Amino acid sequence: MDDFEPVLLANIGVENSHELRVYESRGGYQTLRRAVREKTPQELVELVKASGLRGRGGAGFPTGLKWTFLDKKSRPIYFCLNADESEPGTFNNRILMEEDPHQVLEGLILSCYATESSVAYIYMRYEYPTAWQRMGRAVQECYEAGLLGQRVAGSDYSLDVYLHRGAGAYICGEETGLIESLEGKRAWPRIKPPFPAVEGLFRKPTVVNNVETVACVKHIVERGADWFRSIGVPPDPNNPRDPGSFGPKLYCLSGHVNRPGCYEAPLGITVRELIDRMGQGVWKGRQAKAVVPGGISMGFLSGEELDCPLDFNGPGRYGCLGLGTAAVVVIDDQTSMIDVLYNSCRFFAHESCGQCTPCREGTAWAYNILKRIKAGRGRLVDLDLLLGLADSMGIIPGTTICGLADGAAWPIKNAIRKFRDEFETYIRQTNPTGYQRTDPVPAMELSESCR
Amino acid sequence: MPATTPRVLTDEMIEEIRALFPRYPTRRAVTLPALHIVHQRLRHVPLQAVVEIAELLELAPAEVQDTLTFYGFFKQNQPHGRTRLWVCRSISCFLRGSDEVLRHICRRTGVQPGQTTPDGRLTIEEAECLGACEFAPCALANDALWKCLTPEEADRLLKTLK
Ligand SMILES: Cc1cc2nc3c(=O)[nH]c(=O)nc-3n(C[C@H](O)[C@H](O)[C@H](O)COP(=O)(O)O)c2cc1C
Ligand code: SF4
Ligand code: FES
Repeated sequence: MDDFEPVLLANIGVENSHELRVYESRGGYQTLRRAVREKTPQELVELVKASGLRGRGGAGFPTGLKWTFLDKKSRPIYFCLNADESEPGTFNNRILMEEDPHQVLEGLILSCYATESSVAYIYMRYEYPTAWQRMGRAVQECYEAGLLGQRVAGSDYSLDVYLHRGAGAYICGEETGLIESLEGKRAWPRIKPPFPAVEGLFRKPTVVNNVETVACVKHIVERGADWFRSIGVPPDPNNPRDPGSFGPKLYCLSGHVNRPGCYEAPLGITVRELIDRMGQGVWKGRQAKAVVPGGISMGFLSGEELDCPLDFNGPGRYGCLGLGTAAVVVIDDQTSMIDVLYNSCRFFAHESCGQCTPCREGTAWAYNILKRIKAGRGRLVDLDLLLGLADSMGIIPGTTICGLADGAAWPIKNAIRKFRDEFETYIRQTNPTGYQRTDPVPAMELSESCR
Repeated sequence: MPATTPRVLTDEMIEEIRALFPRYPTRRAVTLPALHIVHQRLRHVPLQAVVEIAELLELAPAEVQDTLTFYGFFKQNQPHGRTRLWVCRSISCFLRGSDEVLRHICRRTGVQPGQTTPDGRLTIEEAECLGACEFAPCALANDALWKCLTPEEADRLLKTLK
C-alpha cells in the first residue's frame, strides 16, 4: 500500500493533461505504436487474460475472457465504450475523460486492436459536457496524428471512433440497454443470451467495456501481466472459481467524509483505510453509521463492518451485492437510514425502464411504501413487506431481464436487515396509533403516497 | 396533418443530421443525435420536428416519438428556459444538503422542479447523480457545473442567469 504508485491518475494535475501534446511528452501512445507493430491481436488478448483484469463497470467480468467470446466469423466487430457512468456515487470515468482523455483513447484503441473491432462508439452520458468536449477534441487530435482512421499508427489496422451522447437515463449503462439506445430505440435491455459478443450492436459481435477498464488495458500492455498481478488480491484458495482481484482501482469517495475525491489504490484496500487515510476521516468528528461500498446498487455496510476489503469478493462477504463501481459513500451517525433508503428507492423507481413487471411495479411500490413510512404512516408489517418485495425482484431470483432490479433490491435488504431497530423505532414513534395495524392500507392513503 | 404546418427543421439542422449518416449502418441510430441537434437549437422537440426527423431517418414518426418519450431529457410541449438547471438529488448530494438547496432555489424563483420562470430565464429540474459527487451538493446549469452548493452559493448562481 505505502509503495503503491498510481498509474491511472498519474497524469492528473499536470497542466493541460488533456492535450495530445502533453500526453505524448509524457510517453503517451508509445505503447500503442509499439503494440500495433510488434504484437498480434491474439497476443494482446492473451496478455489481458493473463493479467486477470476484471471489468471496472460494475459486474467484474474477466475482460480477456469476454473478448474470447467474440464471434470472429461475423464482421464488422463493434466496440462500445461504456461512458454512461450514472451509478449514484460514481465519478471516476468523468475524471479520466476530462483530465486524461488520451489515456482512455490509447486504452480504447489497444482494446479495439485486440478485439479486431473496426468501429468504436463512445456512449457518453449527457451530463458530462466537459468530458464530451475533451474526448471529442482528443479523438480529433488522434485522427490528425494518424492514430485513428486508416492505418492506425502506420500499421495495417484501421479504426473509426465516434462519440454518441445519451439523454439522461441510467439504464443506458446496462450493456444491452446501451446497445438498444445506440440503435436509436428506447434503452430496453435485451434478454441474454445471445450475449453482445455474439449478437450485439446492429446484430453484430460487440464488445462493451467501461472507461476505466480500457485505461487499465493500456497499462497492462505497457507494463505486462505480472506487474498487474503484483497489485491487489490473489484468488481465494477456497474458491476455485475466483479469478482474484488484481490491479489498481479508482475509488470514488463521497458523502460525509472530510476529503471526498477519487483515489487510486490497490484492489482490496479496506473501507476504513479509504475513509481514514484518503478521506481524512468522517466529517465533523462523527462516526460512520453506514457505508455504501460500490454505488448505491450494492447496498450498505454497517458502521461495524468497515474492515471490509474493497476487492471483488469483499462486500459480498458482508451481505452486499458486490464491489460494483467501488464508489464509497459515507453516511454519518446523525443521518436517518429511513431517509437514505427513501432516497435509494426513489432513484430506482425513477430509473426502472419499465420493461419487467417485477421491477417496474416493485421499485414503484417500494418507493410508495417508503414514502408512507417517512410521512409517519408506516406499519411494522411494512418491513417484511419490503423484504418480500426485494427478495422477489432481480436476476438473482430470476424474475427480471437486467440487474437494475437486483440493485434496487439490495439497499432495501441491507438497510432493513442491518438497521431494523432504527426502522421499527421510527415507525412506532411516528405512527403511535397505527404502527401495529395489519389491515389493508386505505385506498385514499395509497393514492396520496403514490403521488 | 394540414399542409400548412410550417416546417421547423432548418437547412442547417438537416445538414448536421445528414452529416452523421456515414457513422452508423442504420439511419435509425441517428435518432438520438438528431433529437439532440433539434433540442439544442429549439430547447424542445415539437411534434412537427419529430415528423420531420422521421422523414429524414426513414422511420415512422411513432418510432421517433417512442424514443423521445423514453428519455426524460427531451422537452416537447414547451421549450425549457434559457438556462436549464439540473439540481442533483441522489445519495451523495442528499447527504450534503441538496434538499435544502433545491428548496431555496424554488423559493427564490417561485417555480417548482419541471417548471420554467415566467420570464423564460430558468427551468429547474431534479437530477439523479450528476457524476460529480466529490463536489456534493452540485448542480449543472446548462454546461456549467456548480460545486459544493449552499443557499448563498445558489443565490450567486441565480444572479448569473441571463
Ligand atoms: C442497471 C445497470 C447499469 C449499469 N451502468 C453502467 C455504467 O454506467 N457504466 C458501465 O461501465 N457499466 C454499467 N453497467 C454494467 C454493464 O452492463 C457492463 O457490465 C459493463 O459496461 C461491461 O464493461 P466492463 O466489463 O469493462 O466492466 C450497468 C449495469 C446495470 C445492470
Ligand atoms: S430489470 Fe428493470 S430496468 Fe432491467 S430490464 Fe427489467 S424493468 Fe428494465
Ligand atoms: S449524488 Fe449528486 S453528483 Fe453524484
